[in-house]
Amino acid sequence: MNIYSAISSNKWKTWIIMVLFVVFITTLVYVLAKAFGFNLSLVGFSFIIAGLMSLGSYYYSDKLVLATAGAQKVSKAEYPEYYRIVENLALGSGLPMPKIYVINDPSPNAFATGRSPKNAVVCATTGLLSALSEIELEGVIAHELSHIKNLDVRLMAIVAILVGSVAILADIFMRSLWFSGNNRDNRGNQIFLIIGVVFAILSPIIATLIQLAVSRKREFLADASGSLLTRYPEGLASALEKISKSRIPLRTANNATAHLFISNPFGKTSHFLSSLFNTHPPIEERIKILRSM
Amino acid sequence: MNINIILIAIVVVVAAFALYLYNSLISTRFKVREAFSHIDVQLKRRADLIPNLVETVKGYAKHEKAVFEKVTEMRSRLLEAKGAEEKAKVNNMLSDTLKSLFAVAENYPALRASENFKELQEELSDTENKIAYARQFYNSNVLDYNTKLEIFPNVIFARLFNFKPAEFFAATDAEKKEIKVNF
Repeated sequence: MNIYSAISSNKWKTWIIMVLFVVFITTLVYVLAKAFGFNLSLVGFSFIIAGLMSLGSYYYSDKLVLATAGAQKVSKAEYPEYYRIVENLALGSGLPMPKIYVINDPSPNAFATGRSPKNAVVCATTGLLSALSEIELEGVIAHELSHIKNLDVRLMAIVAILVGSVAILADIFMRSLWFSGNNRDNRGNQIFLIIGVVFAILSPIIATLIQLAVSRKREFLADASGSLLTRYPEGLASALEKISKSRIPLRTANNATAHLFISNPFGKTSHFLSSLFNTHPPIEERIKILRSM
Repeated sequence: MNINIILIAIVVVVAAFALYLYNSLISTRFKVREAFSHIDVQLKRRADLIPNLVETVKGYAKHEKAVFEKVTEMRSRLLEAKGAEEKAKVNNMLSDTLKSLFAVAENYPALRASENFKELQEELSDTENKIAYARQFYNSNVLDYNTKLEIFPNVIFARLFNFKPAEFFAATDAEKKEIKVNF
């Protein structure tokens, strides 16, 4: 996989995810409407809503991602070193200057988002900015800029919102399955039960879908093209080492947005669902490859 | 009859290829020019900083006229320079004269301590970094473009359409030396 095939496959996958989302929601509502004898016009209604959500996510997924991550836009005066590094590396990769954001969190991590290089955003946690040296930060930023250049950011933001919202729903309904076992008489609970079962079956499928969409290869590709930009793979390697040693989980990350970050934001704690949704290749492997460059 | 059809088919295929190649060369050449404009912006910024720097140093070291003259001369030569190769060359010469200016500044502790001087020094080194990054992007575009021009069969059509290879923006001598990193 090189940059050009990555760009075209990302464009395709973006469309596929958007269409699949509409198909999935409409089918789900259709099945439920049939099962409970609701009016079938509900299906048409949900088709329109899902279509609008899908289109909306194309334009607004990056803003939603930034909002759920609790990221704040910052200026050159507040973070001169961070700003300068982004500015220089953007020059080196021929990208327009992305907006820079910061998450106020001690867990060291970073991500990039936006629907196109012109609307791109680079975001780092305050923990990352204080823990890394300049050379290490350059490595991380170059990695993020490669995601922007490959159009990974568009696909990943849409996956975060569409597939992620299904994943979050699944999580909620599955939890309600465990807690609502006692009174099954009323109709509302029955609906929840059915949806819960449906999602319990679907959850691994959704997880596989995310895995397919955000194939781990893209992390390796971004590592490689990022190193080509800085000409210094060791910078990113030692940054990843520092990041992996930190066990502080990122408070604002969830299953839907985890795949956006440069390394798994949940720290080392692995609970069943999060290991199912694990979209990051092992950090040790990435470091090993970077050191052999 | 059959031969005619084959000939027409060959002409059509060749013409289609030439058209495709022409358009792709044009768009690649635009990319090269666009990449060069990034370097130009930084070169301009560098040239804009120099009069300020010279004035500041003059305030403390009046007698170093020779250095000031050289720096000022190189600066105006940089503004007049045409083409990537020449600009790179003059830019490198400017770097050398700036080095002697900063060497002069070393002898004046009051100057080194001045906030204004420190700020200018930082801005200049930032601009130099930016030139280096812009150069990296420009040169990789030039490489793509020149390769496209020179490979067979493109080379035949490129000559026919009169496409010229683009000039690289060469690195400074100091940057070519190996960088030692100490931890």
